Amino acid sequence: MTDLNALTIAEARDKLRAGDITSVDLTEACLTAVEGSGALNAVVHSTAEIARAQADAADQRLKAGDAPDMCGIPLGIKDLFCTEGVASQAASGILNGFKPEYESTVTRQLFDAGAVMVGKLNMDEFAMGSSNETSVYGNVVNPWRGADDTPLTPGGSSGGSASAVAADLCLAATGTDTGGSIRQPAAFVGITGLKPTYGRVSRWGIIAFASSLDQAGPMTKTVRDSAIMLKAMAGHDPMDSTSADIPVPDFEAMLTGDIKGQTIGIPREYRMDGMPDEIEALWAEGRAMLEDAGAKIVDISLPHTKYALPAYYVIAPAEASSNLARYDGVRYGHRAKLGQGDGVTEMYEKTRAEGFGAEVKRRVMVGTYVLSAGFYDAYYNRARKVRALIKKDFDDAFAAGVDAILTPATPSAAFPLGQEFDDPVQMYLNDVFTVTVNLAGLPGIAVPAGLDQNGLPLGLQLIGKPWEEGALMNVAQAIEDRAGFVSKPAKWW
Amino acid sequence: MLDLTYESPKPKTIAGATGDWELVIGLEVHAQVASQAKLFSGASTTFGAEPNSNVSFVDAAMPGMLPVINEFCVAQAVRTGLGLKAAINLWSAFDRKNYFYPDLPQGYQISQLYHPIVGEGEVLVDMGPGVARMVRIERIHLEQDAGKSIHDMDPHMSFVDLNRTGVALMEIVSRPDIRGPEEAAAYVGKLRQIMRYLGTCDGNMQNGNLRADVNVSVCRPGDYEKYQATQDFSHLGTRCEIKNMNSMRFIQQAIEYEARRQIALIEDGKEVVQETRLYDPDKGETRSMRSKEEAHDYRYFPCPDLLPLEIEQGWVDDIAASLPELPDAKRERFVTDYGMTEYDASVLTAEVESAAFFEEVARGRDGKLAANWVINELFGRLKKEDLSIADSPVSAAQLGGIIELIGKGDISGKIAKDLFEIVWTEGGDPAAIVEERGMKQVTDTGAIEAEVDRVIAENPAQVEKAKSNPKLAGWFVGQVMKATGGKANPKAVNDLVAAKLGL
Repeated sequence: MTDLNALTIAEARDKLRAGDITSVDLTEACLTAVEGSGALNAVVHSTAEIARAQADAADQRLKAGDAPDMCGIPLGIKDLFCTEGVASQAASGILNGFKPEYESTVTRQLFDAGAVMVGKLNMDEFAMGSSNETSVYGNVVNPWRGADDTPLTPGGSSGGSASAVAADLCLAATGTDTGGSIRQPAAFVGITGLKPTYGRVSRWGIIAFASSLDQAGPMTKTVRDSAIMLKAMAGHDPMDSTSADIPVPDFEAMLTGDIKGQTIGIPREYRMDGMPDEIEALWAEGRAMLEDAGAKIVDISLPHTKYALPAYYVIAPAEASSNLARYDGVRYGHRAKLGQGDGVTEMYEKTRAEGFGAEVKRRVMVGTYVLSAGFYDAYYNRARKVRALIKKDFDDAFAAGVDAILTPATPSAAFPLGQEFDDPVQMYLNDVFTVTVNLAGLPGIAVPAGLDQNGLPLGLQLIGKPWEEGALMNVAQAIEDRAGFVSKPAKWW
Repeated sequence: MLDLTYESPKPKTIAGATGDWELVIGLEVHAQVASQAKLFSGASTTFGAEPNSNVSFVDAAMPGMLPVINEFCVAQAVRTGLGLKAAINLWSAFDRKNYFYPDLPQGYQISQLYHPIVGEGEVLVDMGPGVARMVRIERIHLEQDAGKSIHDMDPHMSFVDLNRTGVALMEIVSRPDIRGPEEAAAYVGKLRQIMRYLGTCDGNMQNGNLRADVNVSVCRPGDYEKYQATQDFSHLGTRCEIKNMNSMRFIQQAIEYEARRQIALIEDGKEVVQETRLYDPDKGETRSMRSKEEAHDYRYFPCPDLLPLEIEQGWVDDIAASLPELPDAKRERFVTDYGMTEYDASVLTAEVESAAFFEEVARGRDGKLAANWVINELFGRLKKEDLSIADSPVSAAQLGGIIELIGKGDISGKIAKDLFEIVWTEGGDPAAIVEERGMKQVTDTGAIEAEVDRVIAENPAQVEKAKSNPKLAGWFVGQVMKATGGKANPKAVNDLVAAKLGL
């Protein structure tokens, strides 16, 4: 029998309901895996006690026979989610010791559905990064290794979530995605990652990076698991003004795998100069898989794509510079030790200098600059206009009959740790295929589709219409069915 | 609504060494929205609570917390806009104004820079009978108040009270249409009066629920008219902004001082520097807070946590239909309906409670008499005892009862004052008191005649004198009144005395 922690959500759900396994056993298997995973540095706070209590309660509910789908399922929770009484630091030194007295809407909904939290997961500081190297807890290591055993990045910012799911430390994990932070790491570790439509999942209690772009979503072993988990995470929240009052359908029931007659667009602007042949080949394979499933493939144009990355790196830092102003040492988290004669300005300066890492500082400074008098119109306002045009590109494509859009998820497979850390521009290019989706507020999913020549996972991205995550996941299911991606990283940790 | 005809007041002029100067003033009034809950957090707004007790996770800017707009505060802003005859913007949006200060936990204030909820309106500021200034309102926007920093509790530390953090404010921005210190104070007073009528701000300046930033500049006579003709600000002088004043007196003093300071600078050949200043009431002077160069760069941008605020015309119409009669209309009606002077009407309509009290007193009675009694007897007495109309020991029904007794001729004006005193101190139904204590005026001419006859019979010498000097008739009247304990109808006594003496 497979190790319990290697089960998918759907498998575990069925076994739990059938009484074949208990949540306590399932949870213990995950906790044991967590204990042995130090080398991955994916889990930054083990919450074993909470997990055991939740598993016990889940087993009671399962026995009573009215357990929701997520009941008894062990999850990892990204450190960006505020979890009541449990350290929630966004992997930042500035929130040192911060334990919220409240539970984020997403984790509350998951726990209300009976899910189990095995631990808080590592991430890039304040979700700023594409390699999980900016964390105050140190970098996460990808469970996959290259040919020469070079340690690889799991991607970021949800690198801990990606690594934990790929290494079977939990059945699934929460992630957040501002410019690709769910999809890029999912692709780097060979799992499925879904960024829902902006407004589908409440942001309340999730530490903000860029409010108009941030969206939480599931990171799972299969498309079906994403469907199950999204249903539990989604829904209108009156505490979040940007949360949409739209019914949450039974996404899982929409996964027929039948996409006959659907139109899939291939955007020509996503064919980048210098794109590795392997990515090109994977994209072509994806196209063939969807054709095989009976979809009609059309070449489309999303003409403003090339402006997306620069616009993103204006808008996201602008919002971040404002969102992170609250970390000032006055009320919670880190406060610098002050010297004789230091006043409030010195307290701010020293606290923020000590508490924030280099990448966060870089983005706060960029954001402050683009919003400042005299530069606002040239940068921020122009970026907003670009954003509107990018959204219009997608609207036009969907209006022309396209049901979903197929692109690569990332420009490369997982790269070695440290390789791009000192080159922010190179690092930002990781988001080139994913940021457009955030700027347009659309749902996007990364699904594993193959391996590169070094045996590392590669993912494809599908982009869907607003609020149609079910239809989008159904297309992803067609890829998953045909890609037959079953590879697992060989355990070395 | 009726508009009183009025003429504009003369602008205040200050004589300088080089000639006369005029003042140009614009105000930004911050009015706390009368609401139980804050603008975005649902926390209570009760004044005077224990420090940091009215603070939600949102107010304290805990990580991951999000603002949700309070619909009631939006309705209050719309109501205020309608009361100032202003355009209501069905589409408005919130922006973040970014700056660091310990009493601003988010590190930004949520405000409405680019798209305020209320657009242009106007306020008629009364400066005396027939004289008023029409002040144009540029805009009203909703924003969050900050908390309070306390620097005098400890020699080394500052303390912060977040109770006020996030409370809803309306910032009411005027055009530079105000031309003197008295006008500025009267403008604030008129806004306060209108908002109290509307119930949208309690106007309590002492608690800081109504504060004003005042922009002052000076120019030569004639320059303002050029500005008016062109709306070109270059005709006006460089302005300074005096921040955060919560007293009508200080507003006037600060403007006066600031204008003279600017005139002295210009006449010395120096320049007025555009800057933010503070008024020090102890020293009676303004001092620089920060210059234009030191001014914050607030990095305004649309608040991504809030969707644009869209309201429906039908909702605005419902609010418009629920507006009470406002001060100008009420004053006009009092003049017309009760035949009182504009001055009396102004006094009675100053507060909505006084106007309502008066109308209850006057209902079905002599309006002019009621106005006299409310203003002279009641308001005089309330002021003397430092009581508000709500705490008046004499109710509108009781005062109405007294006036009714005067009107029926049951009591004289003099007795009525005694009666008012009794009702004030002891309470009770005026008619019953008059009955029980035998205070009723004697109008029975038979009884009065008997008394007149008696006085004439007993004073033959005085009768002789009176025949040659008719003024002495008053002496007889006095004797009769004295003998009847003041209850005789004075007119009846007068008539009888004159007849009997053959005058």
